[in-house]
Amino acid sequence: MAENDPGPEGKDPNRRDFIHIAAITAAGVGAGAVAWPFIAQMNPSADTLALASVEYDLTKVEAGMQVTINWRGKPLFIRNRTQAQIDAAVKGDHDPMPDPQPDAERHKDGKAQWLVLVGSCTHLGCVPTVGGGDYGGWFCPCHGSHYDTSGRIRKGPAPKNLVVPEYAFLSDTKVKIG
Amino acid sequence: MSGHSTYQPKNAFSRWMDARLPVGRLVWDSFVDYPTPRNLNYWWTFGGILSLCLGVQILTGVVLAMHYTPSAAGAFNSVEHIMRNVNYGWLIRYIHANGASMFFIAVYLHMLRGLYYGSYKAPREILWLLGCVIYLLMMATAFMGYVLPWGQMSFHGAVVITNLLGAFPIVGETITTLLWGGFAVDEPTLKRFFSLHYLLPFMIAGVVILHIWALHVVGQNNPTGVEPKSKADTVPFTPYATVKDGFAMSVFLVLFAIFVFYMPNALGHADNYVPANPLVTPSHIVPEWYFLPFYAILRAVPDKLMGVLAMFGAIACLFALPWLDTSKVKSMRYRPQAQLYFVIFLVICVILGFCGAKLPDDQVIPGLETGIKVLESDLNSWVWLSRIATLYYFAYFLVVMPVLGLTEKPRPVPETISSPVLGDSDKKD
Repeated sequence: MAENDPGPEGKDPNRRDFIHIAAITAAGVGAGAVAWPFIAQMNPSADTLALASVEYDLTKVEAGMQVTINWRGKPLFIRNRTQAQIDAAVKGDHDPMPDPQPDAERHKDGKAQWLVLVGSCTHLGCVPTVGGGDYGGWFCPCHGSHYDTSGRIRKGPAPKNLVVPEYAFLSDTKVKIG
Repeated sequence: MSGHSTYQPKNAFSRWMDARLPVGRLVWDSFVDYPTPRNLNYWWTFGGILSLCLGVQILTGVVLAMHYTPSAAGAFNSVEHIMRNVNYGWLIRYIHANGASMFFIAVYLHMLRGLYYGSYKAPREILWLLGCVIYLLMMATAFMGYVLPWGQMSFHGAVVITNLLGAFPIVGETITTLLWGGFAVDEPTLKRFFSLHYLLPFMIAGVVILHIWALHVVGQNNPTGVEPKSKADTVPFTPYATVKDGFAMSVFLVLFAIFVFYMPNALGHADNYVPANPLVTPSHIVPEWYFLPFYAILRAVPDKLMGVLAMFGAIACLFALPWLDTSKVKSMRYRPQAQLYFVIFLVICVILGFCGAKLPDDQVIPGLETGIKVLESDLNSWVWLSRIATLYYFAYFLVVMPVLGLTEKPRPVPETISSPVLGDSDKKD
């Protein structure tokens, strides 16, 4: 009888408590293990991840022009800036702005004319229109964010500059994005 | 309110059934013999109308799903196929699309009824909370349904709304990627929205059952806000409430039919008849009318995260309402000051709706240049009007409701529901 005595309440877990805790823990871990694949299936599938990079021939973009291509389902801006636009961007480097960044950090060295940006407004993801707004860069029609010719946010609700994606020049006329 | 059952099985079969699965007894007790306050007015008919709306949406939705293709390449064309080729497809789709708007008209009137007559106060807090849950599920369902035609407004509306969740620090991006199933709104997003759009109405139906259950435990509120005290205060559900509900449903269906047959696209946007193009955003993005006030609150705040929090906060206020209102008197019929603030609240909600539909920096009064710029916007702009309106919206819940209940002097409340009508009380109003 003495061995089976449950002992005073609240003291170290006796045999029965141990069985309860072990059973509930096992069931909890099991439930978590079952839930995992059901949540993970929501994340990008293998084929979506495989389509993650594109190449583009820059000879198609003339000075002062912008092309918009589809990259990972989002618009990607490739803009061939004029000297005036580059000068305007560099001149603005020291203006107060929400997300300060010099123009030199937003293009590859020696390729100041080429600006490659994700064309999604950092506010809520609309596509800004080129050449609009108070700073001559882009203007987002949804909630009125103004970007300068470096794609930096200058006015409006967007918190960040237009995102510069990971990209590299394969040759002078070819870029690979992603 | 739910007292002793008076159900009498009338024949051998119903007696046999009653001893095994008393469905007949449940229906009799809930929808025939159930006592309802004798003074219910037409504002109390929206519960029935809302059940009708849910039924119509599920019926038409199940049919539409038989003809719809949930894929980025096929969705838009399949909706046009429903409109042009499927027998009566145009009718069923227009009923479904306008049915969503009708559903929201009814739910807003139903909620405002509760707000005015204090239907959220003890002992009806759980009833009210369940209603708020239904409202949240309705918004999620409506949003995902609007994405399915895969038009320009569908697509970019989905982009904007899902990006809202990206405003949260650290976890934001993980959440949006998980929601999209990719790096942007695309095929996987459409497919999961279709699946969930089909699921959620049945979850709504489940919560509706809980809502009605809670209602039948505590009993209906009524225009006086005084709980029924005797048999003289109530009448049986059938025929009184069934006939009144039936008449109100008929009138509501007339309104419904006017939209479906004469102005089926009045509440939609022409842009949604343009197939989705991820590379071009329509020049003016607006949600459906029933989301406009919340959209205006979102845009009223200059900071992205704070804007999103304000928008969710606007809905959270509804959940907290039973504990924000300190008044001991339920019905605003006896609270003249509360009536005033309530009317202002109504006007403010409509103003927020207008603000949500306009471009933020456009002028409210055309031609008036104030030249005063605060927070980068001119004072004569929709964004400033929505800021003032947003302020009142929150003040109504967070300041007026708690303070007014303590400071106001309500008019005398009748002792019973029947006393002002039947005059059998000592106190005649």
